[in-house]
Amino acid sequence: MATTEASSETAHEDHGHDHDHPAFLAHHFDTPEQQFDSGKLGIWLFLVTEVLFFSGMFCAYAMFRALRPDVFEGCSQFLNTKLGAINTGVLLFSSLTMAWAVRCAQTEDHKTLTGMLAATLSCAMVFLGVKAIEYSHKWGMGLLPAGLFFYDPNNQHPTAEQLELIGFGSFGVSFLQNALFYICAPFAIGLIGVVIWLVVSLVNGRKFQVAVAKPLTVVFVFFFVGVGLGRILESGESHDSHDSHAVAHVDGHDAHQAGDHASDQHAGDAHAADSHSTDPPAGDHDSHGSPVEDGGELAVLERLAAEKTNTGLQDDLAARQRQSAVASGAIVHSDEITSTIETVPEEVLTPSRAGVFFSIYYCMTGVHAIHIIGGIIVLIWLLVRSVRQDFNRQYFGPVDYVGLYWHLVDLIWIYLFPLLYLIR
Amino acid sequence: MSAHGHSDDGHDFAHPMPIPVLLAVFVALTILTIITVAQSNFSFGGIDVIIVMVIATIKATLVAAFFMHLAYDKPFNQLLFVGSFVFVGLFVIFTIGDSQMTSGDFIPVDDAVPAVVESAPMAGAE
Amino acid sequence: MSSGSLPPGMKIRDPGFPTQRENYLTNSKGVLSWMFTLDHKRIGVMYLIGISVAFAVAGFLALGIRWHLFLPDGMLFRNPQTGNDTYNQVFTLHGAIMVFLFIIPSVPAALGNFLVPIMLGAKDVAFPRLNLCSFYLWVFGAVFFICALCASGLDTGWTFYTPYSTTTNSSVILATSGAFVLGFSSIFTGLNFIVTINTMRPPGMTWFRMPLFLWATYSTSIIQVLATPVLGITLLLLIAERVMHIGIFDPEFNGDPVTFQHFFWFYSHPAVYIMILPAFGIISDLVSVHSHKHIFGYRFIAYSSLAIALLSFIVWGHHMFTSGMSPLTTIIFSALTFSVSIPSAIKVFNWLATMYKGSISLTTPMCYTITFIFLFTIGGLTGLHLGTLATDMHLHDTYFVVAHFHYVMVGGTVVAFLGGLFHWWPKMFGKMYSEFGGRLSCLLVFLGFNLTFLPQFVLGSRGMPRRYATYDPEFAYLHQMSTWGATLLGIGLIVAFVVLMRSLIRGKPAPANPWGGATLEWHCTSPPPYYNFERPPLVGDPYDFHDLRWDEENERYVTIEPEREIVPREIPDEVTVQANKDH
Repeated sequence: MATTEASSETAHEDHGHDHDHPAFLAHHFDTPEQQFDSGKLGIWLFLVTEVLFFSGMFCAYAMFRALRPDVFEGCSQFLNTKLGAINTGVLLFSSLTMAWAVRCAQTEDHKTLTGMLAATLSCAMVFLGVKAIEYSHKWGMGLLPAGLFFYDPNNQHPTAEQLELIGFGSFGVSFLQNALFYICAPFAIGLIGVVIWLVVSLVNGRKFQVAVAKPLTVVFVFFFVGVGLGRILESGESHDSHDSHAVAHVDGHDAHQAGDHASDQHAGDAHAADSHSTDPPAGDHDSHGSPVEDGGELAVLERLAAEKTNTGLQDDLAARQRQSAVASGAIVHSDEITSTIETVPEEVLTPSRAGVFFSIYYCMTGVHAIHIIGGIIVLIWLLVRSVRQDFNRQYFGPVDYVGLYWHLVDLIWIYLFPLLYLIR
Repeated sequence: MSAHGHSDDGHDFAHPMPIPVLLAVFVALTILTIITVAQSNFSFGGIDVIIVMVIATIKATLVAAFFMHLAYDKPFNQLLFVGSFVFVGLFVIFTIGDSQMTSGDFIPVDDAVPAVVESAPMAGAE
Repeated sequence: MSSGSLPPGMKIRDPGFPTQRENYLTNSKGVLSWMFTLDHKRIGVMYLIGISVAFAVAGFLALGIRWHLFLPDGMLFRNPQTGNDTYNQVFTLHGAIMVFLFIIPSVPAALGNFLVPIMLGAKDVAFPRLNLCSFYLWVFGAVFFICALCASGLDTGWTFYTPYSTTTNSSVILATSGAFVLGFSSIFTGLNFIVTINTMRPPGMTWFRMPLFLWATYSTSIIQVLATPVLGITLLLLIAERVMHIGIFDPEFNGDPVTFQHFFWFYSHPAVYIMILPAFGIISDLVSVHSHKHIFGYRFIAYSSLAIALLSFIVWGHHMFTSGMSPLTTIIFSALTFSVSIPSAIKVFNWLATMYKGSISLTTPMCYTITFIFLFTIGGLTGLHLGTLATDMHLHDTYFVVAHFHYVMVGGTVVAFLGGLFHWWPKMFGKMYSEFGGRLSCLLVFLGFNLTFLPQFVLGSRGMPRRYATYDPEFAYLHQMSTWGATLLGIGLIVAFVVLMRSLIRGKPAPANPWGGATLEWHCTSPPPYYNFERPPLVGDPYDFHDLRWDEENERYVTIEPEREIVPREIPDEVTVQANKDH
């Protein structure tokens, strides 16, 4: 949408046929300043729509964080702060180069303008490269939106067969396991295409095309610089995190065998709160472990449900247990959560807990990444025009408008970074 | 013409930002980023979110005022951009306020299932 | 007109008729010259055709609903297995097409595109390409809806409420994608108008010399820009919810369906004002022109448009009183809802005061205007019952609600749209239609509409729930009345259509100013030349009719003005001075 916005706003040059109209001034405007003011107001209105567009997701974020702060705190540990910080820096730098590019367009410094646009594009590519690492790393482990979430601390890298058991198709399995490859493929194709274009135009001696293809080649290379950077940082981190996962793994086992601490505690709370309840039997919480009003019938149910095959009854029982837990107001979450992954209680890592966190994470960063990609497309268009030296001090609008859009994308990331990566 | 009758040559509507200002803003932003990352290693209790958001808002203001030229822009554009946050506020405050008063956690905590078989227990939880 | 009646030093200004080359309809030929046109007038005409088709489709669906409800057990969709599903799909598509494809773009995009630049005295909208782009986005969105219709229909109601919309088998994704795309069409139209009105005003066109239609359009555009993006993200999240169950709205994964309703109505309540505000604008212009009297309370009407636009953002909760909001929120929203009635009432009173002691000509547009005021008042007042928390508990989701919003949407927007269409038809196509036919259509629409929806108020207050395919036999009598009314309403609309189409073939050529309007569009020829104005037009008070004289001979109004030298090259300052003097 950003592309249509900017392009339809600005490229009117082909029908400015009045003799006192400069080529860049559209026929229905009187002065270059009127044209610039209109474009500027237009892009500001567009940014307003963008702000409100993102507000929906911030709203969802705030709601769910208020509902389950512990989930957000725990799941935030899966996000690599180093990568987030690097990306923040990269985006801030791209904002600097973009603002500089606007200045160059205003002062008619064409060479620097092209350079600054290329620098902005390169930063955008680095950003996407790092994001590719972040995403692919998580997808492989099953840290996915609620409906697809399958992360298991005991089995962080499931095999293809296990994934198929979960219910993924063969393409889904291959996509999840080679996510990085699939993300990089279009960029690799782009890089190859640009290199071929560069070589062909070098051979044919087309100066203009060479001048466009050269910076674009650099830009596409920078995507892989980003991937490399992300890899290095992620692997450095993943050394630590493997350890911590391992700890989590052990903890998980302990918890499973000894009876889930948190769940025990709840049962205790529930018991204290609800004096009618029967004693909470400790132990395996598939079939025991929660207070229900009608004890006699329950005992029968529990015995029946102990049969592994009797899943219907087990479900029924589980539902009753939950119901009574809710009724007794026992939904109190463990207070002893600290901000390390080892101590995140196991039950957080379910589709309806961590899954929802990752839903929101992917929605926010994903829509943001789509905006980055949109920005890249518009910036490439600007780069071509800057090589053509289209801009001058009366007609720098397009650079300014795209700049404003780019800064807004940066501004949203300024909020996303602490809200997602730095929760504690 | 209401807003733009005064310039015949049309040269004076460009306001190039001085490079030192741009660099200074960038440095300030970088420092603030470092601060915000650093502070996340310390616990300040409940005001963590507030600190983080204040820093982010300072950064956002810097970007908007200087990189986006908002400090030198027409008042109408300033009003637009700032005004949009008023509407965001209306939307977010009403919605969150209501959800705070009504919604609980719908699914109680004990759906701690081995995530590998996530679909079946979820169906049971309804 | 005999020249003897002219005051000394005055002359008649009459733009005459456009030549073939000037006429925007004929200046370039071929389908491509229309498809790739950047002329706002042609884009407006293309919108007009598009929304008329959508209106026809959704209108026939409405007749399908009504005839199905003719008998308590259903008359049309009687298949025991699929009949009720079909009924669900029919009413859903009726609502969705009417809302997203017809009413929202009806006045702003179709009439607005044609009128905004001309009324403003500008050569075009600020971003002509964006304008064309938003038309094609509309077409694209319509294609999505057609695909949804062909694939497996849509049975969620136009509101797409979760969790049903995340579980039903019908093509929710296609329809929501369509609505998403249409949202962007609407955003771009609104953005374009705001920028146009802000930066493209010619010398002398101050804010308070703008016709009230422009004020209304401006307010509408503000809503379009501020509210529609929230619909965009809501629908996007809904699609994500359906594809991979993100758990924000889906209770299966701890999501909250009431949140979806908040998100949805944050757009869709302001959208109600996207539908009705431009209608207010049309009526403000029509009532003044056809009463030949200066509009009463110009500034009040202008500001009340803005007030409605802003207030529309704080009342959305009244759609959700029974959805499980907290009691406190319902009380707040109920109280805030009443605030909207203040600016609405200001408008109605000002229109009545404008008609008072005016010299009213009962032309077709004026008949529609009076119909509008009558029907909208009923629609608005019944809204108070629904805004009141206690009565809404009883009336929520009954036919009372259906009747209420049809009084506002059809009795308000559609009637105003028709009135505006009849008013500006001579300007748009340069042809006069049969006055008798036009008034007949208005009469039929008025009778048919009331026969359709008045019984529904009774039905609703007796407890007939909306959206049901079958009902208790005790309601049969009222339902049958309603069905006959809908048929009569349909006939009235067809008459209006035939009258307008016939005028294109047989109509007399329209003069530049058939009604005696003083706004700028009546200063150009009918139809306007492709460039709108040769030089920036002279701007005066848009509702000052003193300079207009009825020319009996040619059945037209002419403007008399002091003779003035035409300066070879317009110098803005001088023109401004002149305009001020005129004023």
